Order: sequence, then structure tokens, then C-alpha cells
Amino acid sequence: MKKYHSSYAKKRTFKSALVEKTVKYFFFLNGMISVLFLLLIILFLFKEAISAISGIGIAEFFKNVQWYPTSDAPRYSIIPLLYGTLLTAIPATIISSFLGIILGVYLSEIASGRTREIIKPFIEIFAGLPTVVIGFLILAVGSTFFQELFNTGTRLNALLAAFGLSIILIPTISSLTEDALRAVPDNLRMASYSLGINKFSTIRNVVIPAAISGVSAGIILGFGRAIGETMIVLMASGNAAELTLNLLHSVRTITATIAGELGEVAYGSPHYYSLFFIGTFLLIITFVINLISELIIARMRKKLKKMN
Amino acid sequence: MNNRFKENIKKKSSSDSIIDKIMINAIRLFSFIVIIIFILILGKIFYEGIGVINWNFLTGIPKSDISKGGIGPAIFGTMAVSLIMLILAVPVGIFSAIYINEFAKDTFWLRLIRASVNSLAGVPSIVIGLFGFGFFVLFVGKSIDSILQTGMFFGQPAIIWASATLAVLVLPTIIVTTTEALNSIPLTFRQASLGLGASKWQTIRYVILPQARPGILTGVILALSRSIGETAPIMFLGSAFFLPNLPLAYLDLSFIQIPIINPADQFMHLAYHIFILSTQSSNPTLTEPFQYGTTLVLVVITLLLNLTAIIFRFRFRKINEVVKRNQ
Amino acid sequence: MKEVKIKIKNLSVYFNYIQALNDVSLEIFENKVTCLIGPSGCGKTSLLRSLNRMNDMIYGFRMNGEILIDDIDIYNKEIDVVNLRRLVGMVFQQSNLFPKSIYDNLIFAPKILGIKDKNELEEITERVCMQTSIWNEVKDRLNESALNLSAGQQQRLCIARALTVNPDILLMDEPSSSLDPVSTSKIEELLFDLKRNYTILIVTHNMQQAARISDYTAYLYLGQLVEYDKTTKIFTNPANKQTEDFLTGRFG
Repeated sequence: MKKYHSSYAKKRTFKSALVEKTVKYFFFLNGMISVLFLLLIILFLFKEAISAISGIGIAEFFKNVQWYPTSDAPRYSIIPLLYGTLLTAIPATIISSFLGIILGVYLSEIASGRTREIIKPFIEIFAGLPTVVIGFLILAVGSTFFQELFNTGTRLNALLAAFGLSIILIPTISSLTEDALRAVPDNLRMASYSLGINKFSTIRNVVIPAAISGVSAGIILGFGRAIGETMIVLMASGNAAELTLNLLHSVRTITATIAGELGEVAYGSPHYYSLFFIGTFLLIITFVINLISELIIARMRKKLKKMN
Repeated sequence: MNNRFKENIKKKSSSDSIIDKIMINAIRLFSFIVIIIFILILGKIFYEGIGVINWNFLTGIPKSDISKGGIGPAIFGTMAVSLIMLILAVPVGIFSAIYINEFAKDTFWLRLIRASVNSLAGVPSIVIGLFGFGFFVLFVGKSIDSILQTGMFFGQPAIIWASATLAVLVLPTIIVTTTEALNSIPLTFRQASLGLGASKWQTIRYVILPQARPGILTGVILALSRSIGETAPIMFLGSAFFLPNLPLAYLDLSFIQIPIINPADQFMHLAYHIFILSTQSSNPTLTEPFQYGTTLVLVVITLLLNLTAIIFRFRFRKINEVVKRNQ
Repeated sequence: MKEVKIKIKNLSVYFNYIQALNDVSLEIFENKVTCLIGPSGCGKTSLLRSLNRMNDMIYGFRMNGEILIDDIDIYNKEIDVVNLRRLVGMVFQQSNLFPKSIYDNLIFAPKILGIKDKNELEEITERVCMQTSIWNEVKDRLNESALNLSAGQQQRLCIARALTVNPDILLMDEPSSSLDPVSTSKIEELLFDLKRNYTILIVTHNMQQAARISDYTAYLYLGQLVEYDKTTKIFTNPANKQTEDFLTGRFG
């Protein structure tokens, strides 16, 4: 009886150990698929970007400040596209930081529990709206309205695209701001109130400084999204690769250039490789931006731990 | 008794009390303005779009200059691409999350996987589209063609490549939400199961996965909603301007022909259709009601999906809270 | 001569239909230390927080009765809560210094209240540090983060910070409950010095501490005031059987 028991147990252990191990490897391999695709994206883009550099020359991308890839004397300068990207992303980040932080402060510090329970899911659902929808509305309604308001020459321009981008950035920034503010321990607010400091001063001098890293991480993340967003800028910026600092001029961003030209480009042509070059450039910028915001958030977590 | 208190308490509180009130109300005001803008955006789409919605519009085929007819093929194409995307991405996403939450200890591999998922989530969708075009279509597709001697069959933009690219795009969403769902399941469930002699795999299969189902579903729905709304990556992956026939192939079983989605075909897509209607149409004013109608359909689909996801998540959290409270 | 600083008349406090205080009346004397004792949940903290209207911020707060400080009804509509809190300072159970430097913690309130002059701010810093006898410990490290101080120093700095706005009254909610005996005794010594200039109310769980530091003691139970008298009287010859049972540890 005893003998049977132990051999049974052994048999079972051996078999189940094998099953467990197989199962574990199976899940591990699935987990590695993300790693694989990240590596593939990086390798593939870099490979094509290097082809661009060896074919066109790195200097060509940064001088001449013109992007005319299809002309007889093609020009492949990324500079006007970079101008266009920044000219839409920076105003968008400024507008949406202002409104997003205010909304985050409102939700975290001012709104009553019930109001927050209604507004938060609404903003969350709104944030899921396809960007092409915003692009369409900007085109259909915003552009005319805007032209009458500012009396601009071009119907589509950088500022219009920036407004469109702001609409999708506000939910991102407000929810990150709210998270950061709510992570500030309540006893700091109490300390300030008990000293006879009123609500706004408390928010400005205690709550926001304590949450500043979270708030700035939100802004940086928003900026990253603005740079990487395609549809809104493609539809609203006017797409003229112009080297300008005038917000009311048409501009062309890196993303819109890829989206607009990849469909018509001949495989293996310099133009094809140059699109991969600017794509790689975009990938690097967004990587760096995301890394910075992640580092800031990690630092904030450490600091909050100390406060508690 | 000194009179300090009396004097000070009565002091007309300087300007800062008024400033406080003004600032707090300004925050309220700006927040309401933002919310109202959001409501106006949705309201405008509903108001302008609702008029063209009817059965013919939803199921009909677009006519000549896409100002007549319907958006049936676009709805079908969107569903076809998303369905294949889900088939490709959901199992991998869920299995990855199981590895991250249930098996991995804090090792090099776990950190590598987590960092990759985070980085992948941050890659702009246009870059993923660029990758999908270069890698799936031009590299994988063309390689298959040259091996199978199929000419230009796989090496061109098609549903399968659009779905694969979108799968890469939403994989992080599924992994992150599923990991959160698994992570929120109380430890006692695992301990109870393991304590009864169940193996780790049995515990996952019969205890954790059923328990986490609503949480996992949340992730799947969010991924679906995101992929339906993404336009940039599919623009050069087979989405067509105008395609009156549905991308179907027929499985010939001699007595009956079963229609299946043809993954090598091109497709129409709601999001792309909106882009085309609003930017490429020869007569924008004429097609405007159609633009709003198409937009309304896309908006309603994504709003409903997101709403469902939020409700699922809310319920899932409630259940876990109750479990935790009763312990 | 002892004078009445705070008059609490028939005070009842509710949080969402839960009654925290029931018809409490007592008079707090100027420049004395008054201890509030009683088992957990008896309403000590609610009473304390009624005095600087910190309860106002809690959702569902309601009150009946009157609280007069120097014969002024502090719940009167004319009263600015912010003004009140400057005159009725508070120290919390857990030290809640801002994640800023020691100096910035101390000049935080004066600066917001409009003192711009650097010399004046430094004077305030030195004065409150002297008052809380922490000057020698912090004078060379004013620009260091306040969170680097020991727990006891942090709590004394909280007291110093409360003094920066020149309050008349100091409310302390178990200020030494999370401190070691040495730090606790430092805070207790401090109270002897402080009561010359301030009226002090202190909530404590520690009976020995109440006996050591206070002039008056109020014993609360289930939201009601059971007994209120000179500390010496309460601890040697309580009038109420309940109080005696609590003090001798037979319950509570």
C-alpha cells in the first residue's frame, strides 16, 4: 500500500513537471513576441535608413532645407518637415497642457465625487475617438470657422492642426495630471489648510509642486503623442513643405509626409528609402521622449514613497 | 483677555480670499468649456450624420463618385480586418500577460519583455504602418511569393498584412490590460487552488483565467476599438478607395459554396473612407452628408466599444473588491 | 487669573447621519494646556477639528450648537475660515512637512500671506525655531530637505511651522503618538514653554502624558462629555465612576 502510494506520487510528479515546464516555455515564447517585433521594427527601419544614407548621403537630409523628393533634381531635406512637426506639436502641447492641467486639477481637487464619476468616464470614452474623426471635423467645420476668425490666407495651417491635436491631447494630459495630484498625500493639503492657506494657494503651492514630476511627465507624453500623430496633421496642416515659423502658414509634418507619399513610391527608390529615414528619425525622437517621461515618473514614485 | 483674536478674526480678509474664489471658479469655468467642446464635437457629428443613416446606407454599395449608395463594404472590410487582427493578437497578448504575471520572476527576461511592451506601445502608429508595409508586404509577402512561385499574390497590400500590422499595434494594449486583470485577482485564490494540489497550469486554466475573464475582455474590446479607429497604418496596406465587391473567397464544397474572408484581397475601411471622402472627393459639399454619416457610424462603434470596456472594467473591479472585503 | 478662551455650547457634530459629538459644553481656559482623553472613536478629534473648522471639508459634516472664541461665534457667516485657521493652529498626528527644505517649510505660510521681506522671513524662522527649541538642531541645515530630519525633529518642526502664522490657540492631535520616549518628552517640555503664549488643546491616548502635561482634562465617551475638571482632580479624585474606570484601565 505504502509502496504503491510513493511510486504513484513519483510518476505523477515527473509527468506534471514535464507539463509544467512545457507550459512555461510556451508562455515565455509568447511573451518574447513583443521583444521580437520591437527588434524587427528597429532593425528593419534602421536597415532601410542606412540604405537611404548610403544612397543619398546623410548631409543631403540636413542641408538645402527643401523636401522635393519627386522633382527632377530631388531634394530630401528633413528640416522643413521637422519645422512642420514642431510648429504643430509645440502649440498643441501648450494649449493642451494649459487646458489639460486645469481639467486635471478640477477633477482631482475641486469636483465633487458625483461630478467626477460622470465626467471621468466621459473623457475616457472621448479619448478613444478615432483621430480621423477629429481630422474630419477640423476640415469640415474648424477650417472655415478658423479662417473667418483669423482671416488667414490659407484655409489649412499649422495652428489649425495644433487645435485639432489639442483635442486628443487634453484627455491624455488631464488624466495623467489627475493621477499625479491624487497621489499627493492628503496630509500635505491638511497642513496647508491648517495654516490658513486657502484652496487655490494650496493647490498652487503645495499640491502641484508635490506632483510636478507626474504633471510634467504627462506634458512630455502629450508632446510625444503630438509628434507621432498622423491623421489630424495630414488633414489639417495643409501639407506644404514650407520652411516657416508662421503658425498661419501651411506646413508638412514627418508623419503626414510618410502617410501621404508611401502609397505612391517605387520600392527601392531613393524616395522610398528617404521615407524610412524620416520614419527612423521619428522613431528615435519618440523613444527619447517616452524614455524621459518614464524616468520622471519613476523618480516621482520614489519621492512619493519617501513622503508617506 | 487680549483683543488680538477679536481684531484679527474680523479683519476683512485681504484680497486673497477673493482671488481664491476667482481662481477656483476660473478652473471650473475652463473645465466646463473643455467638456462642452467635447460634447459639441459629438453633438455635431450626431446632428449632421443621423439624417443619412438608413438600411441602404449601412448595407449598400458606394456608387460612382461615392456620393451615392452606401458604406456596406467599408463596414464589412473594417470588421474583416479587425476580426483577423483579433485572431492574430489576442492569444499572443493573453499568453504574454500570463507569462508576465504568473510565471516570470524578476529576471532579465521579464524586464526585457516589460520594457519591450512599453516601448512598443510608444511607437507612433505611422511608424508601425511603415514597418508593416516594408516588412510584411515587401519582405514577408514577396518572400512567400518567390518560394511558392505565386507571382504577385502575397507581396502586395492586403487584408492579412493590414491585420498583422494592426495586431502589432494593439498587442501592448492587450498585454497591459490583461496583466492588470490577472494582477488584481486576489492571491488567496491562487493559494487555495495550489493548496488543493492543483498544478500551476491547472490553477491558471481553471481558477485564474475564468476569474479574469471580464478584465481580459476589457483589453480585447479596447484593442478592437483602437484598431477600428486607426487610419494611418492601413492607408498603404490594402485599404481601397472604392471597391464594390466584398473581399470574399468561396470555399467550394461542390454542393455548397461557403463564403470566407479572402485575406489576400484589398478592402474598404470606415476610417480610411472618412479620410478619402473628406479629402479626395471632387465635390465636398455634395458628399458632406455622407461624410458625417460615415463618421457617425465609426464614432458610434468606437464609443459603444469603449463604453462596454469601461462597464466591464468597473464590474470587474467591483467583484474583486467584494472578494477582498469578504476575506 | 484664568480667563475663558473658548466656550463650547451644546455642540453636536454629525457626519452623514452618524453623530460624532452629542451636546458637548465646556470652557477652555487661556494659557492652559487642556487634554482631551477617551477611547478611540469617542469624538476627541472631531471636537478638536471643530475648533479650526477643519471638519468643514469633510463631506456630510453638520453641526448644532455654538463655539465662541473670545466671545466670537466662529461658525458665524461673517467669519472667514481662512482667517480663523491662522488664529487657531493645528499639529497633526503624523508629521506632515512639505517635501521642501526646512526653511521653505517655515516661510511657506508667511510668504503666501504676503511677507516678502527676506529679513522679516528670517526673523520669523529664528523666532519659531527658538520657541520650539529646535534652533540649534536646524540652524546650520535650513536648506536641507525637511524630510531628512528625524521623526521627533519633524514633529517639532511642524509645531514651529504652526507658530509661523502667530496663532492664539494650538490644537494638537496626538502629536507624539508615533514618536519614541525621548522625542515625546522633548515635545512635552515644549508645551510648558508654549502655554505661556498660547492656549493649547491636545488629544492624547497616553494617560500618563495627560497627567504630566495638562492643567485641565476632559474625558469624552461615545461623543459625550463625561467629566471635565482640573487634571489633578480628575486623576486623583474623579467625580464620575466611568472616568475612574477608564483611567485605571478597567476599560477603554
